Amino acid sequence: MIEIENLSKAFRDFWAVTDINLRVEAGQVLALLGPNGAGKTTTVRMLTTILRPTRGTARVAGYDVLTQPDKVRAAVGVLTEGHGLYPRMTADEYLDFFARAYRLAPGERKPRIDELLSFFGLAEARHKQVGQFSKGMRQKLALARALLHKPPVLLLDEPTSAMDPASARLVRDAILELRSLERAIIVCTHNLTEAEEIADQIAIINHGKIILQGSPQQLKMALQDTVRFRIRFAAALNGHTPSLIKGAELLEQGEDWLVYQTAQPHSVNPALIQHLSQQGLPILTIEEQVCSLEEVYLRAVEVKL
Amino acid sequence: MSIERLKDHLSGTFLVATREVREQFRDWRIIFPIVVLTLFFPVLMNYTANRLVNFVQQYDAPIIGERLIPFLLMVVGFFPMSISLVIALESFVGEKERMTIEPLLCTPLSDTQLYFGKLLASLTPPLLASYLGTTVYLIGVTYRVGWRADPLFLLQIFVLATMQALVMVSGSVVISSQTTSVRAANLLASFIIIPMALLLQGVSALMFWGRYTALWWVAVGLLIVAGLLIRSGLAQFRREELLEREMDTLNLRWIGQTFWRFFKGEGRSLWGWWRSEVLRSGRKALLPSGLTILVLLLGGYVGASQAKVFVLPAEYIQEHWNSGEIVSRLGTLQLLPTYTVGLVWFQNLRAIFLASLGGFFTFGVLGMLVLLLPFALIGYFMASLAQAGISPGLFLGAFIIPHAILEVPAILLAGGAILRLGASFATPARGQTVGEAWLKALSDWAKVMLGLVMPLLLGAALVEMLITPRLAFWLMSR
Repeated sequence: MIEIENLSKAFRDFWAVTDINLRVEAGQVLALLGPNGAGKTTTVRMLTTILRPTRGTARVAGYDVLTQPDKVRAAVGVLTEGHGLYPRMTADEYLDFFARAYRLAPGERKPRIDELLSFFGLAEARHKQVGQFSKGMRQKLALARALLHKPPVLLLDEPTSAMDPASARLVRDAILELRSLERAIIVCTHNLTEAEEIADQIAIINHGKIILQGSPQQLKMALQDTVRFRIRFAAALNGHTPSLIKGAELLEQGEDWLVYQTAQPHSVNPALIQHLSQQGLPILTIEEQVCSLEEVYLRAVEVKL
Repeated sequence: MSIERLKDHLSGTFLVATREVREQFRDWRIIFPIVVLTLFFPVLMNYTANRLVNFVQQYDAPIIGERLIPFLLMVVGFFPMSISLVIALESFVGEKERMTIEPLLCTPLSDTQLYFGKLLASLTPPLLASYLGTTVYLIGVTYRVGWRADPLFLLQIFVLATMQALVMVSGSVVISSQTTSVRAANLLASFIIIPMALLLQGVSALMFWGRYTALWWVAVGLLIVAGLLIRSGLAQFRREELLEREMDTLNLRWIGQTFWRFFKGEGRSLWGWWRSEVLRSGRKALLPSGLTILVLLLGGYVGASQAKVFVLPAEYIQEHWNSGEIVSRLGTLQLLPTYTVGLVWFQNLRAIFLASLGGFFTFGVLGMLVLLLPFALIGYFMASLAQAGISPGLFLGAFIIPHAILEVPAILLAGGAILRLGASFATPARGQTVGEAWLKALSDWAKVMLGLVMPLLLGAALVEMLITPRLAFWLMSR
């Protein structure tokens, strides 16, 4: 659905995006993570054909962004960085304008607009001027615009920003539903929890380059050269620091727990359990600690800074 | 284009235009001046016309009143169009600043639909206001002063107003699509306001002079300019470049490097550069040079035709031609005593640079007019000599042809390069930004000037000062 090959964009002598390669199949969500100015918006703009790649190419919904831009635009639903709403138009007029621009058949327009307005809870505000909308309502209206023509590909820049938790939930559910309808979706977001929840794949972009890519689980493992474990003891440690065996490194300690890391859990863990028991420290639980996506993201971005 | 495609194209254009117009009519900042300029201002002008007509009649000068009423009609029609400038300047860059342009650019609407939609939206409300204002004024002068407009004159005023609006809007939309902030667009608006102010003064002079037929020519000229501006705007409008420009910074280093890259080309030595680059640029100028030939011939024809209008007395020409003064001056090579080869070369170069400068701002048009002038003069003198019974061929052969052999090719090449330079705004190549396309055309112009025109003009100046007088002396003294 979305195939990106060596996509690059230079603004005069500044390369905003360099040799990006991505692939998003129908029914998949890719979350594009990265700090501000990393190249997310430039990438999305190239996929929507409103920026021309300097090098490389991309196919969106089967169409080439360089040679078939009109077809690409007709097949893509876009939620832009700014909402892009006209404040003096009513929600109804706004959606009708874009429905016509996307060439929806006359009989199809009103039912589709009604459907989207009621889905996003904007039906009652349909005759209000957009300028009077709250930030969240504007975001919903912009999303409704992106979905108007039932595009097979969705490019969503910060879809839940400025939304209250309930609305954000609604949008996330909508994205998951669209995914199940075999849409290919790219979501640019800073919300890592959201990315983890909705994305099948995550790509971390920094300084215009993809520095890490894979499923959320793969990403978490990718930067872990050691595995962390948390042990909870049956009794309090009372300030005593247990000695560990060679190959296990103590990271943190609490009242009745400790966290250590090891590069060879298969050999170290059984020996360590035995060692601690011999010290009179009975173990209640032991669990592997996978690092969070936030840690992965921060490490990835930091490493490449 | 099939009917279906045309219909589809127009529906997209109207869609963009109607949305914009609808939004404009919800903005009091636009509504207020339109109402004032269409309803109150014409009433004020009516009052002014009435008072002035009465006043000048006291001094038995009705002609002032007669000329003033149509003039005020033109003014009333023009004023509401000033709004078109504001709307059109905002059209693209305003949306970009408000961040509403991106969703619009992401739609399947074509570049042409977007461009014409914006153009139409900027044109329609002020033009309607202009027509309405004119109508209000006409009703007023009909009832209060008893002035009846000639239907043809009315048509002329409406056409003129429409053309003025079209030029202002098309120029402003070009600016709006090429700038990155409304502020920058407003600053650049001087390039429209100043010529339009001058035009208005010219039109006023024509109207007070009573040369109403000339207004048709003004309208035709405006139509051509509008056509060129629309052509240029469309050629330069690319949605992929609209969001690319983030800042209006002048990158002199980049400009210098890009120009030098194009100018130097593949030349390794001076001779190699001349052979590969100068000749290549010269070849590119050949086709527009063909157009220059037509323009110069037209200049000669127009000059010759004026000999019947501004007649030089035959006896005056004959007296000077036959007095022997010319021959005696030629004999001592003193036909142009204060001139030197360097000065003639400098004069010609100055004219070419002036033509280039004019052509740069006017798609080559003003450049052509500058080049056309000497040919118009030659045509005029030849026709005048013929009218006086003197062979124009002798004049041509003795005074013009010797150095024209080098000078005319130089002028033709320069004309071609100027046209290409002017046209680069209207037809930038795909894959190049407007700036790159223009720098390329400028480098081609520079190569043609430096490598061909300047040496040819130097040769022409040498011939003009050293050979032409001798040849003329020989021919004239036979």
